[in-house]
Amino acid sequence: MNTPTLRRRSLGLLLVTGLGLTVAACGESTDDGAGEGGKVAITVNGQPPKTQPFERKIFDEDVAEFERTHKNIDIQPREGFMDPKTFSTKLAGGQLEDVYYVFLTDPANLISRKQAADVTDYVKDVPHYDEIQPTLKEIFTRDGKVYGLPTANYSMGLLYNRKLFTEAGLDPDSPPSTWEEVREAAKKITALGNNKIGFAEYSKNNQGGWHYTSWLYSVGGNVAKQDGDKWVADFNNDKGKQVAQYLHDMRWADNTMGSKQLLVIEDVQRMMGAGQLGMYLAAPDNVPALVNQFKGDYANYGLAPMPGGNGTLIGGEGYMLNPKATPEKIKAGLQWISWKYLNPDRMESDLKRYADQKQPIGLPASPPAGASDIWTGPLREQQATLKTKYATVPVENYQPFVDGLADLDKKIEPPNAQQVYAALDNVMQGVLTNKDANIDDLLAAAETKVNAALAQVK
Amino acid sequence: MSTTTALAPDADQRPARAPERHFTKLRRKVTDNLTAYGFLCAALVVFALFSWYPIVRGVLLSFQQVNFVSAAEWVGWDNFETLFADPLFGIAWRNTLLFTGLALVVGFVIPFAVALVLNELRHMKGYFRVVVYLPVMLPPVVVAILWKWFYDPGPGLFNSILRTVGLPPLSWLNSADTSMLSLVLVATWASMGSATLIYLAALQTIPGDLYEAAELDGANLWQRLRHVTIPQTRFVLLIMMLMQIVATMQVFTEPYVMTGGGPEDSTVTVLLLLYRYAFTYNDFGTASAMSLLLFLALGAFSALYLRLTRTKG
Repeated sequence: MNTPTLRRRSLGLLLVTGLGLTVAACGESTDDGAGEGGKVAITVNGQPPKTQPFERKIFDEDVAEFERTHKNIDIQPREGFMDPKTFSTKLAGGQLEDVYYVFLTDPANLISRKQAADVTDYVKDVPHYDEIQPTLKEIFTRDGKVYGLPTANYSMGLLYNRKLFTEAGLDPDSPPSTWEEVREAAKKITALGNNKIGFAEYSKNNQGGWHYTSWLYSVGGNVAKQDGDKWVADFNNDKGKQVAQYLHDMRWADNTMGSKQLLVIEDVQRMMGAGQLGMYLAAPDNVPALVNQFKGDYANYGLAPMPGGNGTLIGGEGYMLNPKATPEKIKAGLQWISWKYLNPDRMESDLKRYADQKQPIGLPASPPAGASDIWTGPLREQQATLKTKYATVPVENYQPFVDGLADLDKKIEPPNAQQVYAALDNVMQGVLTNKDANIDDLLAAAETKVNAALAQVK
Repeated sequence: MSTTTALAPDADQRPARAPERHFTKLRRKVTDNLTAYGFLCAALVVFALFSWYPIVRGVLLSFQQVNFVSAAEWVGWDNFETLFADPLFGIAWRNTLLFTGLALVVGFVIPFAVALVLNELRHMKGYFRVVVYLPVMLPPVVVAILWKWFYDPGPGLFNSILRTVGLPPLSWLNSADTSMLSLVLVATWASMGSATLIYLAALQTIPGDLYEAAELDGANLWQRLRHVTIPQTRFVLLIMMLMQIVATMQVFTEPYVMTGGGPEDSTVTVLLLLYRYAFTYNDFGTASAMSLLLFLALGAFSALYLRLTRTKG
């Protein structure tokens, strides 16, 4: 088999972490943020790549506009979002942006590791901070201190193919609202033949655990609970078994999930985009991906609230600030975030410029920033009105999702989410790849691993 | 006395010429070595910066908790305790050893068998050598994606063939029972070209008269293989086996791309778990502790390898 130079390979093993950090350390920045003419220069990521010319143009225009209206701030944009593979290396080397993008899975660990700046003293100056959904703000808050701002939010729902629903004799305007109805719909879609698959589910790269968590929330279960000061696993119970049994039955008794498993999001999107798949669990932001990357059509997709009627997993994105940033940079960074992403004054112009370019408006998701589901009260109502006014997609296809969301308990991800999801991947894989899977054993094994992961939560 | 007298002029002259010769030699030595050290210098700096320092840093990190913002905190054996408390740690080692064992059975025998066949060919030798070596030239990730399609339980190549010949399809990567063997087949196919060429080179050094003598003694094909071929190539076989153990214990690409460690953790390997600790969980201390343990394990094999090569030398 492999015939590498032996010593090089064996020594190389120990370089896994050290090398990247060493190289990064060579480039450590000592920039204090003072730019020309007393300007505060800040680096920000989240700039779309050149392969997305429209989004890039919008971002660059916003940078220019912000600098025009904030003469004392110099924005230095960087491409890219949160990449766990490079995050620590960039931080060690002083290359992490002053304002950096995070998924809502990230803040808990970043706060624990003190890798984000405490912005409590400055957040009071952020306009409309009190009108952001409290659940989202809570993700960036620990012991009364604030470490960042949420800028977008999604809730998991049931994405379905309206065309296949019609072909299978199902009513596309009345999507399934219980898991039993999902099973029945999946059977009818699979019965269409020609390799049609009723329902698909992820089971690899922590995505299986992520979706198993969504299923659990939908039936009123939990992944973890607090026991005094500690977190412990909370899925090795009737709820956890119910979910695992549903999945097992759909895969093996109903045979509505196809034979190929160990799927990830791209696999499932490809199936949906190709018109081969009836339903899968997804956030609304999947719809533009299906249209743009897989040549889908907005009219062919519909979105329903999470079946089960109990709860749904929320996720999304936000921005945090470099722990090494000076107070001036923190203030400037918060101004940029609130102006660009949390700005009701720009809501209408933001939606209009997207609509003018025939970009999707009317989905319960961002982009644009003006469509982000983060507000409460009057701002939320104002946003809903504007989204209807500027809609470019068939809003009625996604209305069941919007209507049903209000009744669902919106739950955040568990602590140490990635490690927990890695353990729960196994439950998903077990029931989807092994006809004789012992669900009790799978849950017990996953519980041990999840407890080990939760024991590290600080 | 006369001898002494006769030698005296030489003896007088010797001290005068010797320092001169010594100085010339010394100067040449210094000049030669300076040039050599000059050429070595760049490599030494690169090694020091990119290999030795990170190795030392890696060892230190094994005993530290770092967030790259404040000073590293010494945590003693905590990172190792975290590892030993992780149920996946034992599973990862068991899987890695299983992969190594299967790779020895499949990936060690097949290239040797192919080399034997290639060695016997009289026509189109070059063509078949290229064919065998071609997969080595494919990028590993491309190989993994290609084989994912081969293994697709629905329209995949292998199950299509099985169905064509009336056999039931297999789950391949989709079953915890067959996933590891499936990965071994991929790794073997992708890298057997190099091993085959090395075995072939070793086979061609065996003197033909040994086979002639064996044939005269009435040895059949199996006996010639057992009593001539294997003893004559045993050193190469041993070295290749050790190198293969070290290489296969570092298996990463195939499980990372093809299975993500599943199904049911059946393909989580040591390097995959190490990667998760470092780049998914951002826990560089525990990742370094794990790499240190793997380093020590492979160091033992490396020491054995060095000892064997020195003995042979």
